[in-house]
Amino acid sequence: MLILGIESATAQVGCAIGGHEGVIASTHSARGRRHAESLAPQIRFIAEQAGIELAEVGAIAVDVGPGLYTGLRVGVTTALAMAQTLRVPMIGVTSLDLLAFPVAHTHRAIVAAVDARRGEVFHATYRAVPGGVQRMTEPGVATPDDLLSDIVAEHDEVLLVGDGALHHHGVFQNVSGVEIADNRLAFPSASSLVMLAHARALREEFVRPDQIEPLYLRRPDAEAKWEPKAG
Amino acid sequence: MSADRILGIETSCDETAASVVLGGTDVMSSVVSSQIELHARYGGVVPEVASRAHVELLMPVVAQAIIEAGIEDREIEAVAATYGPGLVGALLVGVSAAKAMALVWDVPFVAVNHLEAHLYAAFLEEPELEMPLVIVLVSGGHTSLIVMEDHLRYRVLGSTLDDAAGEAFDKVARHLGLGYPGGPIIDRLSIDGDPTAIAFPRAMARDGWDFSFSGLKTAVINHVRKNPEVSVPDVAASFQEAVADVLVDKARRAAREVGAAGLCLAGGVAANSRLREKLLDVCVEDGFRAFLPSRAMCTDNAAMVAAAGWWRLQADGPSPLDVGADPSLRLPTI
Ligand SMILES: [Zn+2]
Repeated sequence: MLILGIESATAQVGCAIGGHEGVIASTHSARGRRHAESLAPQIRFIAEQAGIELAEVGAIAVDVGPGLYTGLRVGVTTALAMAQTLRVPMIGVTSLDLLAFPVAHTHRAIVAAVDARRGEVFHATYRAVPGGVQRMTEPGVATPDDLLSDIVAEHDEVLLVGDGALHHHGVFQNVSGVEIADNRLAFPSASSLVMLAHARALREEFVRPDQIEPLYLRRPDAEAKWEPKAG
Repeated sequence: MSADRILGIETSCDETAASVVLGGTDVMSSVVSSQIELHARYGGVVPEVASRAHVELLMPVVAQAIIEAGIEDREIEAVAATYGPGLVGALLVGVSAAKAMALVWDVPFVAVNHLEAHLYAAFLEEPELEMPLVIVLVSGGHTSLIVMEDHLRYRVLGSTLDDAAGEAFDKVARHLGLGYPGGPIIDRLSIDGDPTAIAFPRAMARDGWDFSFSGLKTAVINHVRKNPEVSVPDVAASFQEAVADVLVDKARRAAREVGAAGLCLAGGVAANSRLREKLLDVCVEDGFRAFLPSRAMCTDNAAMVAAAGWWRLQADGPSPLDVGADPSLRLPTI
C-alpha cells in the first residue's frame, strides 16, 4: 500500500510517499514558515517524482502535533481533505514520536522536545525497544527548566532531540548525563512519518478522518482567561 | 476556461461554509455551519477558537454540500476558496483544504477575494442585475461604498476610517449589556424604540465618501452614561437610525453622481431591517432599481465564493497552488 505522509507541525514543512519498498519520494523546506504556500506544490512534486497518480495512494499519514498551531492546522486540514477526497483511511502520528524514531538505537532515555514558543516546549520521554521506541510519558508542555529537573530526577542518561532542545540549548548543555542530538534531527521528518505509518498500516491501525485531532496541548488563551471569571 | 460546477469554500471568520454552484448563478447546495455560539461568551470572534473549529467542521460541511447538491465528487470542475481578507489562521484552513481537493480531483483551484464574493452574492439571486451598480458593503469587518462598472470591475468610492458598521453595532450592544452579535439584537430591540428619540450625530454625512462610526459609538456611550434611566429600545433605535441614515445618504448621492442603474446592499449588516427599508424608500423616490439580497446571502456563505470563483476563473484562469492567505486583501479596483 502506498502511503502519503504530510508533516507541517513545526517550523519545517514536508511530505513523503512510500510503502513496502521504503520511501520513494520526499521533500521538505524549513524557511520562512510558508507552510500553506509550500505544501500542495510539494505534494504534486513528489507524486510526479514517484511517478504515481494520487488515486493510487491507499492511506494518508499526518503529523498531528504538538507544534506551531498554524502549520499544524495546514498539515492536518490538507491530510483530512485528501483522505476524504481519496476515500482512504488515515494514520495520525505525534511530532514527538517522529522525533524519537530516528534515534531508536540509543540505550539512554530519549526526550523529544518541540519548540512551543512563549518560553515553553512540548515534550515526551521514550525508551528504545526492539523495532523502535516506546513512549513512557504522555505528551506535555513545560518550561525548559522544569523539563530538565524532571528528566535528571528520572534518568541517569538522556538524549534530547528536537528544535525545542536546540532553541533552549543554554538550559540543557553542560548538564552531566544530558546530550542534545544533532541539529539534523531537529525536525520531525515526513520520511520517518511514512515509515512509522507503514508499520502501523501492516497492523491495520487506521483511523477515520473524524478520529484525527490536532494535538494542541494548550487551550486557546481566551478560553483559559474566561473560565476563572465565570467561576 | 469552461468549468461550470464549482465547489466553494468559506472560512474567513466564524462561519464554516461549503457550496456547489453551477455556472456562477445556480446554487445546487449551500451549507453554513455558524460558530456564533462558540464565540458569544467572549463577546466577539476569538481567532484561535475559530481556527480550531474550522479544522473540525470544514470537511463534514464539504461532504454535506456535495450530498445536498446530488452530485458525485468527480463532477466538480473547480474548487474555489476565500484567501482574504479575514483571520489568517481561519483562511488557511479553507485554502489548504481547497488546494488538497483540487490536487486529488485534478481540477483548477481558484483563490477568491472575500469582498468580491460578497458583491457576487447579489448575482446569485438576480443574475441579470444591470450595471453600473452602487453597492453598500457593510459587515463586521468592512464598510465600503463601491461602484461596480461591469463584471470584475470596481471602484471603491469610500471606506470606513475607523470602526466597521457591524463593529459599531457589536460595541454599542456590548455597552448596553445586550450580548453578541450586536446587529440582530439591536435590530429586534429597535422595533419597540423611537428612532427620533435621541439625535445622535450623523458623522460626515455631507462631505466625502468615507465613513466614520467611532464618534457615533462614543456619543451613544456618553448619552447612556449621562442618562442611566434612558429607554434602551430608544437608544437602540436612534443609533440604528443614525447608521442607516449615513449609509443610505452616501449611497444615494453616489448613485446620482455615477448615474447608477441600481443600488444594492451586501455583507452581514445588509440584513438590518431599517437599513433595507431606508434604501428601498430612497430608490422609490429617485427611481433607482433596489436590490436587497436575502438574509442568507448577506451573511458569510460559500455560494457567493463559488460564484465569484466562477467569474474569476473565466477571466484569469486557475490560481497557482502556492497561494497563501492574505488577511488584509483589498478589492481589486480599476
Ligand atoms: Zn464577510
